[in-house]
Amino acid sequence: MIDNLQLNAEGRLKHFLSIEGLPKSLLTEILDIAESFVGIGDHQIKKVPLLRGKTIVNLFFENSTRTRTTFELAAKRLSADVLSMSISTSSTSKGESLLDTIRNLEAMFVDMFVVRHAISGAAHFIAQQTAPHISVINAGDGQHAHPTQAMLDMFTIRQIKKDFSNIRVAIIGDILHSRVARSQIQALNTLGAAEVRVIAPKTLLPAHVESLGVNVSHNLTEGLKDIDVIIMLRLQKERMTSALLPSESEYFKCFGLTEAKLKLAKPDAIVMHPGPINRGVEIDSKVADGPQSVILKQVSNGIAIRMAIMALAMQKQGIN
Amino acid sequence: MLKIQDLLNKLEVELKHKVVERQLNNPLMIGIRTGGVWVAEQMHQRLNITDPLGLLDISFYRDDFSQIGVNPNVKPSQLPPQIEGRDIILIDDVFYTGRTIRAALNEIFDYGRPNQVILAVLIERDGKQIPLCPDCVGTSITLNVGQWVKLIGPEPLAIQLQTQDLVA
Repeated sequence: MIDNLQLNAEGRLKHFLSIEGLPKSLLTEILDIAESFVGIGDHQIKKVPLLRGKTIVNLFFENSTRTRTTFELAAKRLSADVLSMSISTSSTSKGESLLDTIRNLEAMFVDMFVVRHAISGAAHFIAQQTAPHISVINAGDGQHAHPTQAMLDMFTIRQIKKDFSNIRVAIIGDILHSRVARSQIQALNTLGAAEVRVIAPKTLLPAHVESLGVNVSHNLTEGLKDIDVIIMLRLQKERMTSALLPSESEYFKCFGLTEAKLKLAKPDAIVMHPGPINRGVEIDSKVADGPQSVILKQVSNGIAIRMAIMALAMQKQGIN
Repeated sequence: MLKIQDLLNKLEVELKHKVVERQLNNPLMIGIRTGGVWVAEQMHQRLNITDPLGLLDISFYRDDFSQIGVNPNVKPSQLPPQIEGRDIILIDDVFYTGRTIRAALNEIFDYGRPNQVILAVLIERDGKQIPLCPDCVGTSITLNVGQWVKLIGPEPLAIQLQTQDLVA
């Protein structure tokens, strides 16, 4: 269902809602095209004219710093016109339904919606309902997916490790509430990573997590062995509905990444985090700011990867 | 009939003449991917240009994005960070509609404002669609309807003249 919606009749990207159902060749194409967008930030004119005359609306029903700003910058660097809707100041707060908001924006001749929403499936719903010439990009929906974050993480991994076939990746922390982790696991498995390992207390893992194609560990000290890429996740306290942890300090003691624990992974392991970071909760500042951290590189790469995804989703929309 | 060495020799002579005429100072040579780079590699050597050859990929500047989409084989352009005030020799293999050159100039100007740009092409053919023309050419030819000229390479370089069957 999702994959049919994401690809047009020729198998080209139309909406980008989830990694699930997308072939390896398409993910690789996104990474390859993003390579060529990286250098644009160094030009005197930091723009290419690909999406000139197109209108992109950022619809953020949830708070965001990195995702929203990098989507906005990416659209501007493609020369599109961008409208960033802050939902707290829009008519949604007066009771307008999601569909009515969409219909009204459609009437303003927009070409793409970038959607972040607290409800899983929101971007998918908009893609189903919206006019056929409009593309929808999922910028995070509930606990379901955050595919552009996963792709920028894949891009960062490939930049440093070159190839996925030999790397072992550990995703550590609050997997239960993490849409990022779901998308990362799908992307890593599609791109052929040697191993994806999740490390978390039982209370922060979804039931049957193994069925996603991962190995499971509940012990950080043991779990870090032979790991090339460490992805730390934020403890999503705002989504926790019951007491899943004794305390933050207890969590840090068992699952927080410190310099000493980092030494248990491979010596050239890289440390990633999708942000925002809870320093001293899931990661020690010395690690977050240390030489093995590529956290800020992830942020920079977010622009190039979002440019590639937007350009691909908008191609050929002009004549059909 | 189109011998690659003859065309390269003629282009070299015209370029050397043009460099003097236009008083190019420490020129930066830029080849347009893919065929233009092959020609530029030859000219770069023959003109003893000291600065490394710049490589330009115009995929993101094409005017037919809405029809054909993103070129999946796009590669990053490799130009020096300082374009501002430079004298540039831009090189392509075949000059046809002029649209590639328009895209290339747009991209170059996004890196900075050059002092002057001269355009050298191995083959200029008929079919111009916008008001641009090369400063130096290896040859100028007129093709019949359905004929197509292409540079193949890089080793060895050769010119291929194809005739496409026209479907009624």
